[in-house]
Amino acid sequence: MNPTDRIYTKDHEWSKIEGNTARVGLTAYAQEHLGDIVFVDLPPVGKEVKQGELLLVVESVKAASDVYSPLSGKVVEVNEALASNPEKINQDAFGEGWVVVLEIADPGEAANLLSAADYDTLLASQH
Amino acid sequence: MLKRTPLYDLHCQLGGQMVPFAGWEMPVQYSGIIEEHLAVRRNVGLFDVSHMGEFRLKGPDALAAADYLTVNDPKKLVDGQAQYTAMCNEQGGIVDDLIVYREAADEFLIVANAANADKDFAWIQAHLKGDVTATDESSQWGELALQGPRAEELLQGLVSIDLKGLGFFHFTHTPVGGIPCILSRTGYTGEDGFEILCAWDDTPALWEKLFAAGKPFPLLPCGLGCRDTLRLESRLSLHGNDIDDSTNPLEAGLAWITKLDKGDFIGRQALVKVKADGLTRKLVGFELLSPGVPRAHYKVEDQGREIGHVTSGMLSTFLKRSIGLAYLEMPHTALGSEFDIVIRDKRIRAKVVPTPFWKGTAGRKS
Repeated sequence: MNPTDRIYTKDHEWSKIEGNTARVGLTAYAQEHLGDIVFVDLPPVGKEVKQGELLLVVESVKAASDVYSPLSGKVVEVNEALASNPEKINQDAFGEGWVVVLEIADPGEAANLLSAADYDTLLASQH
Repeated sequence: MLKRTPLYDLHCQLGGQMVPFAGWEMPVQYSGIIEEHLAVRRNVGLFDVSHMGEFRLKGPDALAAADYLTVNDPKKLVDGQAQYTAMCNEQGGIVDDLIVYREAADEFLIVANAANADKDFAWIQAHLKGDVTATDESSQWGELALQGPRAEELLQGLVSIDLKGLGFFHFTHTPVGGIPCILSRTGYTGEDGFEILCAWDDTPALWEKLFAAGKPFPLLPCGLGCRDTLRLESRLSLHGNDIDDSTNPLEAGLAWITKLDKGDFIGRQALVKVKADGLTRKLVGFELLSPGVPRAHYKVEDQGREIGHVTSGMLSTFLKRSIGLAYLEMPHTALGSEFDIVIRDKRIRAKVVPTPFWKGTAGRKS
């Protein structure tokens, strides 16, 4: 069961809306699928991204994986702790493993994302 | 249809993530690649390598055949001794890298990469000369690799021979936990350890025996993921990445197994010419000078000009370095030489460093 206080993309990212910002991370399913994460190529603060565009790259032992922005907006904060401890994503994907905070450009876009229940259904259909 | 080793059900029970590899369904990891990697470096781990190919050369001309097929010199072997070697094509390209085991003067066992097993056997049959037969025994042999500094201590409890007497690249026929096996002090991790061949159907029982004996260590099941990261740190070549039909052993850093003066062998003429003309490129170890993860096929540039490509790369959490192997034009291969690795749209500075990146316990007197 994925936390119900946030919304999800089909690409296994979560967004937790906090006023006009969204905290973004990878889901537990994503981190398990990726395996041990060894490097996170974080975007610079101030970077502007559109919904669905490349936000950052996560490197596991096995492969490099693109992470697409769940919402349009400006990166206002990045999780600097991931530079030295990228394994935080494996250990606590929904908590200390968050990756960026976005200043939301268009609150309406949230409607394109999945509820926790819909995301649970998506995962169930993939097994 | 992917093939399965006799341990498929056990892997699934142990939580192995099964992936397609060289036509086989194999575990890439169980608990996690990093944890499994560290278990082999510091303690002991167990791999299923039953997908490997095994061929037998038998007959009065078996030694001559092995000598003609491979670049190393099997005439140097005594009974019970093994040798790392390669088969080359007429152009000097590497058909596969192998281990050749001398059972007797007229009998050699060859262990080959799973991905190349069918191709290798066809190659061997096509180039066999004299009074010798080649048999593909791949479907008869299961194989486990017990690897790590505590492998000997673990295995000693299951065998009646004194393992201290079994040197690096030597092997013997002996029961392990009562199961008839070929026990070889070899591996693909850079650590001390054993590769153990047994009858295909005995493999699950052998695995269980090793696990029962390994409980106090504890012995960790290890997948192909850490097999790759361990071998790269120890600079052991991976056919299909670092070496292939289009790379020769001299440029691949395998001159030490290429005995140009031993007499005729397939590829010798081409390799003698390569040596006389001088290498145009060389496979070297490199290290990134700032954070990033190098991977196979990434380009290497010097001031914007392509000078080579990466064949294997990783961020080693064990060594805390981002390392890899790359074929580079000769002028850039000296230790300390600097260049850029193109990682997606970024250029990350790197330099040539000595290999192996990690010198493990393999080959050390215990």
